Amino acid sequence: MTKHHRHPNQPDIEDTPFTRFQVMTEALIELLMEKKVFSAKEFRIQLEKMDAKSPADGAKMVARAWIDPEYKIRMIADVNLAAQELSLDAGHIPIQVLENTPEIHNVIVCTLCSCYPRMLIGLPPDWYKSRAYRSRTVREPRIVLAEFGTEIPNDVEVRVHDATADLRYMVLPMRPPGTEGLSEDTLATLVTRDSLIGVSLAMPLDLDNGQLENKEEI
Amino acid sequence: MSRFVLGDTVQVRQAYPPGHLRTPTFIRGKRGVVEASPGIFANPEELAYGRPGTPKQPLYRVRFLQSEVWSDYTGPTSDTIMVDIYEHWLIPDGPPS
Repeated sequence: MTKHHRHPNQPDIEDTPFTRFQVMTEALIELLMEKKVFSAKEFRIQLEKMDAKSPADGAKMVARAWIDPEYKIRMIADVNLAAQELSLDAGHIPIQVLENTPEIHNVIVCTLCSCYPRMLIGLPPDWYKSRAYRSRTVREPRIVLAEFGTEIPNDVEVRVHDATADLRYMVLPMRPPGTEGLSEDTLATLVTRDSLIGVSLAMPLDLDNGQLENKEEI
Repeated sequence: MSRFVLGDTVQVRQAYPPGHLRTPTFIRGKRGVVEASPGIFANPEELAYGRPGTPKQPLYRVRFLQSEVWSDYTGPTSDTIMVDIYEHWLIPDGPPS
């Protein structure tokens, strides 16, 4: 054992420079609290609520759409309303569902910033906000998808959706083959975050990933 | 009143004004087809400066062929990209040549 083995110091949050926008954000929060628009506690609760959002809500909706064609129609017509049916809150920003079919594979990106259906699938992963993902997904989507391990056959149209405006998008992945008879809850475990973004398909059944503990339900 | 209807061929204005813009540079000047018109929204290019965002703008989901957006696109010619564009960024266009 070496006696003097030391890791380099990792910078603490405060060691990186405070940007102009961080200063403005902090100032605005302080002002709003001073003016009693909201309290520190209310602010913390709201942040906690946003951070607690996860892809589970979107996955639940997809699983329901897979087993209930009528629900799928309502979901495509109005995702926010369809969320309420499952007691989920999709917020006020209109979300549109993009249904994958044997002919079309959808993938979402926001080239201008990081627009994302947070209310249904939580906070975006860091790569979704990266310049590489944002610039390359519109320009060479098939190469980006391949880097995620997703090969789309050439006879399937790859359709990229750039969320630049007032709408948010969520992909409705195709139901994997061989999943007939699985319960709605088990189906929902096959719907991963990445499949709701469109950089992957829903989880196939043949992966040994612990998802199959409920296989006896078949 | 919306100026365009589903199926219309439109062209994105090739303009580069300063300010907060929601039309990505890569799509300016390109021709596409109106796929959907999800509603009328306060203009974010105005809202960004604390103004009321009027006149409100119809929003269109416009579908473009990737092979027409990128001259060196390597995927199949059937690949597409949908971009959400406010009406003041669109001009009417004939069928693509």
